[in-house]
Amino acid sequence: MCLAIPGKIVELIAGPNLVGVVEVTGVRRKVQLGLLEDDMPKIGDWVLIHVGFAMSKISERDAAEQMRLLTALGEVEQVMEEVRGYGLEDSTDRAGPVSLNGKHHA
Amino acid sequence: MQYVDEFRDPELITKASEEIRRLADPKRHYRIMEVCGGHTHAIYRFGLKDILPSNIELIHGPGCPVCVLPMGRIDDGLAIAKAPNTIFAAFGDMMRVPGAHGSPLEHKARGTDVRIVYSPADALELARKYPEKEIIFFAIGFETTAPSTALTLMSAKAEGIHNFSVFCNHVTIVPAIRAILDSPDMRLDGFIGPGHVSTVIGCRPYEWIARNEGKPVVTSGFEPLDLLQSIVMLLRQMQVGEAKVENQYKRVVPWEGNRAALKAMAEVFELRPYFEWRGLGFISQSALRLREKYAAWDAELRYSVPETRVTDPKAAQCGEVLKGVLKPAQCKLFGKECTPEHPIGALMVSSEGSCAAYYNYEYRKSLVTRISSVA
Repeated sequence: MCLAIPGKIVELIAGPNLVGVVEVTGVRRKVQLGLLEDDMPKIGDWVLIHVGFAMSKISERDAAEQMRLLTALGEVEQVMEEVRGYGLEDSTDRAGPVSLNGKHHA
Repeated sequence: MQYVDEFRDPELITKASEEIRRLADPKRHYRIMEVCGGHTHAIYRFGLKDILPSNIELIHGPGCPVCVLPMGRIDDGLAIAKAPNTIFAAFGDMMRVPGAHGSPLEHKARGTDVRIVYSPADALELARKYPEKEIIFFAIGFETTAPSTALTLMSAKAEGIHNFSVFCNHVTIVPAIRAILDSPDMRLDGFIGPGHVSTVIGCRPYEWIARNEGKPVVTSGFEPLDLLQSIVMLLRQMQVGEAKVENQYKRVVPWEGNRAALKAMAEVFELRPYFEWRGLGFISQSALRLREKYAAWDAELRYSVPETRVTDPKAAQCGEVLKGVLKPAQCKLFGKECTPEHPIGALMVSSEGSCAAYYNYEYRKSLVTRISSVA
């Protein structure tokens, strides 16, 4: 729970809640951006994600290092399970189609 | 150690470890606490103990939210989830954590509707999806997670979603550090400060540790070089008798924290007068509860909570391990009755728990060595 997940912002979704689509090693999911309202990320920016909320903006290099850290800690499988689970996909609640295409969820 | 070289600047890693040897006074024994469970995990994984001189001892702190939660809270959460038409939503980490009457997973097998969610926002999504059901979200975590629960509750209020409530177990790290420093059986020389908690609260909340207790604090990243550099920064302060708060993890931690996150927390939560921590007992103002304006979403007010008090199994020494008084392997049950496959205490379940980290990296390794030396 403590190790944050690096993701790249690929889409910003208009609406009352600040939401964006991130890509984490090929998997696209919606994440909440409300905790970055003072310094909103743009498309192409990298963020650290924690329980489905982007917590801080980071550089592309730091994002790559963070992924390497998670790999070395043996956490990647768990991380990808978490990312795939955002938006209730692939979790114990299996209703609804599973799609890896972020635009579909937007 | 094999993993250490795979990270950025292996040369800098060599330099940092040489610098540690140069700075560490061979006549002194240093006891440094890494507060965060993520750091504990990384320290074992990278075998940093093998790089450090033997007079630098790393003490594992209480920064594993699943581990510090008293067993009774799990039983309480599962007890209220027995109400008809109710979904109990919790993070995956919680699923195997034992309560006195079984883990969430065991309750699921007995018929409670238990769902894994990966985000508080998804627990609220369950409420949108099943308007005829009541969703109880079992919220847990330090300041890293609390702002996400806060924003989720703000959305629930704004959208008028009333079939959603939060059973709040959020705790705050600073009072736990204070309790450890007040503990008479504990002597510490400095702290490796938490990384991601500090992205939210910043570095200022640790200043009293330096000012009043005379102990240096360095907030640190999670890579091997981060941790070694943080130890260098601590030793440099100790060498000249200084005590201040420094930020090694500047690339992620702003000194003042995350204003939006703090604002959301202040909107939704207030401090409880006291809260029980496993191993540390009752600590005043160490946990969060929902403010009155969020009473309609507070599971503790909406349901009749049995307030279960469960003492940990007598032989288990989770409390001493959490305080850093005992190392995991010094617990009587470690590796015998208590293993990751059959955990007695939460420290053996969570990946941030020091017992699980020690078991997976040190203990298994020593077993392999023993077996191969016999062969």
